[in-house]
Amino acid sequence: MGKKIDPHLWSDDAEPHLMGGKLPSGEIVFPMPQGDAAKDVEPYKLSRHGRLWSWTSQGFLPKEPYEGPGSGPGEGPPDFQPFLLGYVELPGEVIVESRIVDARLEDLELNMPVEFCVVPFNATHDTFAFRPLNQAREKAA
Amino acid sequence: MSENVYIIGAGIHPFGRTEERSGREQGVFAVREAMKDADLEWTDIECAYGGSAAAGSADIMVNELGLTSLPFTNVANGCATGGSALVSAQMAIASGMYDLALAVGFDKHPRGAFNAKPADYGLPEWYGQTGMMLTTQFFALKIQRYMQLYGISRETLGRVAAKAFRNGAVTPHAWRRSEIDLETIMNAPMINDPLTKYMFCAPAEGGVALILASEKKAKELGALSNNGSVKIAKVAVKTRPPDSFEVFQAGVSIKEGGKPTVLASKAAFEGAGIGPEDIDVAQLQDTESGAEIMHMAENGFCKDGEQEEWLANGWSERGGKLPINTDGGCIACGEPVGASGLRQIYENVEQLRGRAGERQVVTSDGDIPKTGYSHVYGAPGLSAVAILER
Repeated sequence: MGKKIDPHLWSDDAEPHLMGGKLPSGEIVFPMPQGDAAKDVEPYKLSRHGRLWSWTSQGFLPKEPYEGPGSGPGEGPPDFQPFLLGYVELPGEVIVESRIVDARLEDLELNMPVEFCVVPFNATHDTFAFRPLNQAREKAA
Repeated sequence: MSENVYIIGAGIHPFGRTEERSGREQGVFAVREAMKDADLEWTDIECAYGGSAAAGSADIMVNELGLTSLPFTNVANGCATGGSALVSAQMAIASGMYDLALAVGFDKHPRGAFNAKPADYGLPEWYGQTGMMLTTQFFALKIQRYMQLYGISRETLGRVAAKAFRNGAVTPHAWRRSEIDLETIMNAPMINDPLTKYMFCAPAEGGVALILASEKKAKELGALSNNGSVKIAKVAVKTRPPDSFEVFQAGVSIKEGGKPTVLASKAAFEGAGIGPEDIDVAQLQDTESGAEIMHMAENGFCKDGEQEEWLANGWSERGGKLPINTDGGCIACGEPVGASGLRQIYENVEQLRGRAGERQVVTSDGDIPKTGYSHVYGAPGLSAVAILER
């Protein structure tokens, strides 16, 4: 396991949760606000399960501040690993933007059930992602 | 505050890549073109508003244009820089303080997608580090969902781009001057699914300047006769309302919120006292093909899903019932952020004054357009709409 890309992004439970915030109004937001904006916002463990709200592929190497494969010294576009990302609706909570892993672009569909997971991001850090639920079960089996 | 405001001069520096000129020099070029068009000297201009996103301050232009001591306000409003400059110039005149004002926008961006810094947008660093802070992704994510919900096909996205290149081919100020066929567009490398390389606009360079006048001044200069001017019927700028879905959002509300474009469009139509059915020509933000599709509905020109029929039937082509992005839009002109919104206004001025040459729109009654609509959208969720009339 690498270091967390951000120490506050997900919980340290055995089954980690993405961290959101609960506003005094009861509304759930993501990410958990920082600094002055965090006043009166309660850290809130978001659901580990949701449904795919939208998705796309990232086919080219992002510029700075991207720190994934291809961004390091002496690296370039040939070292880039294309990835999938999307928005996941966590029912009754909030819609979060996330990497989508363990899936092919052509398999993704609206409202598909997905599950939270932590995945390696680069040589030193992990990041969060969601993966199709059936895929998650197959892996566990 | 009910003073009518007219655009009596419009100038442009061709969009694209101009190695030998800085962004600001392209702005100065556009100002000189606009003054020539209005038959005015720089010493006549009473106040100025302008800016760029990546090419420096506009007020330095006085070095080249002349040290006339006029008040020159720098505008730094991201994608709405041009729109905000126009609103400021319009208010300066409508308030009765001035009779002649300049609105100018210019830019020069490096090649490739924009790279934004998370902190500049109040976002945590991980959002950029992990590769999720890309404007292109937002547009792909927004149109992907829209396509699923409203049955828009990939081919319709391709048709939008093909139309843009067709229009760009007959537009002297466009960057992309060659037609690209539907098959090439559909088979081009995928940037962010469902959007291929040719469906996106690219950051570019260019400059646009407009000279605004009070009714009294426009009359005095003879600009009110012989199609020498167009009236600004209404300009509306709106930032995002609660629960909206915008570019650079790591979290989105589960409640379906409003949209800045819908708000700006409604405010502009109400202010102008007309409706979408009264518009003869429209320039809509087309950062990519999907944006034009969604903005057709958000601006009230069709219902969600009807775009499929519109594009298949060519209704948004130059000869269609509502020509959209007649100069090829952002897709064919590129997007110099500070100048892009003013390019749309420039194009509508040319169309309403009957000076658009090969790309001139002719209405069903054989006349040149009487009304022009323009809409710009950008980060962090703001829209500017301008309605022009002659």
